Amino acid sequence: MGAVSSPEFSRNKIHPHKFALWVGIASIMMMFGAFTSAYVVRRSAGNWLEFKLPDIFFFNTVVIILSSVTLHYAYRSFKKGNEKLFKALLLTTFVLGISFVILQYKGWEALNTIGATFTINPSSSFIYVISGLHAAHVLGGVAALLVALAHAFILPFKPTVRRRQRLELVVQYWHFVDVLWVYLIMFFMVQS
Amino acid sequence: MAQVVTAAETLEDKLTQELGYDDHFHEHHHGDKYQSNFLTTYIFSTDHKIIGRQFLITGIFWAFVGAAMSIVFRLQLGFPEADLAWLKPLLGKWIQVNDAGIGKLDPEFYYSLVTMHGTILVFFVLTAGLSGTFSNILIPLQVGARDMASPLLNAFSYWFFFLAGVVMLLSLFLSTGPFSGGWTAYPPLSALGQASDGSKAGMTMWIVSMSLFVVSALLGGINYITTVLNLRTKGMNMWRMPLTIWAFFITAILGVLSFPVLFSGLLLLIFDRSMGTSFYLSEIVVGGQILDRIGGSPILYQHLFWFLGHPEVYIIILPAMGIVSEVLSVHSRKPIFGYRAMVYSILAIAFLSFIVWAHHMFMSGVNPFISNFFVVFTLIIAVPSAIKVFNWISTVYGSNFRFNSASLFALGFVSMFISGGLTGIFLGNSAIDIQLHDTYFVVAHFHIVMGIAAFFGMFAGIYHWFPKMFGRFMNETLGKIHFWGTLVGAYAIFWPMHYTGMAGVPRRYYSIENFDSFRHFVDLNQFITIAAIVVFFLQVLFIINFFYSVFSGRKLTTKNPWGANTLEWTTPIQPGHGNWPDKIPAVQRWPYDYGKDGEEYMPQYVPLRDGEHDHGH
Repeated sequence: MGAVSSPEFSRNKIHPHKFALWVGIASIMMMFGAFTSAYVVRRSAGNWLEFKLPDIFFFNTVVIILSSVTLHYAYRSFKKGNEKLFKALLLTTFVLGISFVILQYKGWEALNTIGATFTINPSSSFIYVISGLHAAHVLGGVAALLVALAHAFILPFKPTVRRRQRLELVVQYWHFVDVLWVYLIMFFMVQS
Repeated sequence: MAQVVTAAETLEDKLTQELGYDDHFHEHHHGDKYQSNFLTTYIFSTDHKIIGRQFLITGIFWAFVGAAMSIVFRLQLGFPEADLAWLKPLLGKWIQVNDAGIGKLDPEFYYSLVTMHGTILVFFVLTAGLSGTFSNILIPLQVGARDMASPLLNAFSYWFFFLAGVVMLLSLFLSTGPFSGGWTAYPPLSALGQASDGSKAGMTMWIVSMSLFVVSALLGGINYITTVLNLRTKGMNMWRMPLTIWAFFITAILGVLSFPVLFSGLLLLIFDRSMGTSFYLSEIVVGGQILDRIGGSPILYQHLFWFLGHPEVYIIILPAMGIVSEVLSVHSRKPIFGYRAMVYSILAIAFLSFIVWAHHMFMSGVNPFISNFFVVFTLIIAVPSAIKVFNWISTVYGSNFRFNSASLFALGFVSMFISGGLTGIFLGNSAIDIQLHDTYFVVAHFHIVMGIAAFFGMFAGIYHWFPKMFGRFMNETLGKIHFWGTLVGAYAIFWPMHYTGMAGVPRRYYSIENFDSFRHFVDLNQFITIAAIVVFFLQVLFIINFFYSVFSGRKLTTKNPWGANTLEWTTPIQPGHGNWPDKIPAVQRWPYDYGKDGEEYMPQYVPLRDGEHDHGH
């Protein structure tokens, strides 16, 4: 990517790519902010089907929080140079991430079974759209984890500045999709 | 004179060598692997200067298409009896020829033209073409960076815009026609294919195109913000940034925060169109058929749309304001008046732009008490806007003004912004909106204040930075004809619309002949159409001047033809990849030291003298 990404170029405390990711995160937050505001506005207009959110979504919240914890310790072991633990924890995070997406799909199936189908009322449509779009962002994170895994298992283990910065981007984004889900599930809880 | 210029350049080289910021650039690039052949240099380039020019030329293409569309529908409005059969080779079945051989514009296609004109001009020309072009070219050059924070994402930003354009262009050739429900795409019209031909495949392609455009705007915006905050050269603190950079920076923040909301709105619209949900559709009957949609709210879409839509008009106008501030200061040979007030007013406008969206919805059934809130904040925008206008006038006042195409267009911008801004105060009042909403008064207002004004800012920028972009000057005589013709012509088009609008002539109507109360406007409507045609051909003159000058304009012989202070004029006449061949100049002062201590101008790399006060602190 040219001259800019070489570490000695930047005189700044925060790497430009990392900062750019923060700005990107801000824009994703605006998108989900728009969805949840639309939810509130639409709900206050009445004609709103009430139903209980299937338990699987709450169980899944634990899964994604756990994946953040494992990734955090994976990053710490990377910095400490503990190769084995790093690889194991990174792989665990990846598996937990995939499980989250699969379990979300199970959650949508459970919603369907209780009669809260995609088109029956905006109250359920919103759940599918918002959690679906979140799952799409998690899949993006899973793809990033896959790249990190490939780096970890194919390249020789070297905790260089450049490699650490790349890993930090993955960590930053993954914690974000985690926090985003916690916000969304709390939002749904408060609203229903 | 020539000697003075040489002396200044040696001083510049000396200062850059002594004080400049050394990032070991020359040690990294032996030969330029990024610009090794035609394809990587001019097409799939990651160099911000090329990407900026790509945005500009694509924008010019779309401006031509969008303006030509307006001429076609203006012909119908101004000369409803005229024979348009001669357009048949171009428009095919959209021209209906009756038994007498008289060709008429298809009414359905008239709506498509109006919709496409709005979409193209607002998004493709005045967003991508204006802020895409100048943010790309000027941000790295003026803050002293080698390139954008992520040149690759920057290239993607252009190519997503290009793809968005391809999809929109293809939709023009659909048998059911392009989308025809207005550039705001309000449901239910936009959500139901049964509602009109344009809402079928045309609308699907419109959504796809706009989604690609949102991606482009976000990738660009993220890059602009990061570059401004992270890659400024040594000494370039925020208060030493030119006002262009401040404007592009705040514009990018507006885009990054508001475009995702448009995307949310469009995504829900997609589900309503294709998956049978009812976010925006309540109990509805179309063509005698009762649909099974229940419980949606079309107003919800309007909230989401205008949460982008209002910041969007500032995304259009702020870059023009930044360009005008810089161009007026350089050609007045005076410091910009009230630099900090200019920055604070940009910030104030940007903040207010997020809390006034419902003033586009006064008539769509929102609570009148909520309207009051939006009226108050809308009217407060007049304060920072007026501060900017006073500062531009004070900058020019009493100056030894250089009249050239760039500075004239900058002055024209101020004139247009005042004229259009005043009618904004009318329209910001929800009570007056009862009469004025959806009339030609609204059309006149926004065309003057963000259409023509933004175009004037863009023209000022093109004439001013053309030497930096292409190493040549544009033709001044043609430029001045372009300016005076467009200034008079633009007022001739839009001024009369205020009167027709106050009388209640509705916008978007195919024909107003059948209303007795509007019959006396027939001549005025013809006059507007003739003025529009004249102005259109003046823009063709500009395009000819532009492309002629790219290849055969007068060559640039010095680095700094306008005697400007900003850093882009310290790069070589044809800057290569990385912008500066060696060290990046370090910044010692703010960019507006014109006519100070007997010096005509003091570029930003000149150190402060003993006891000299720096405005940048």
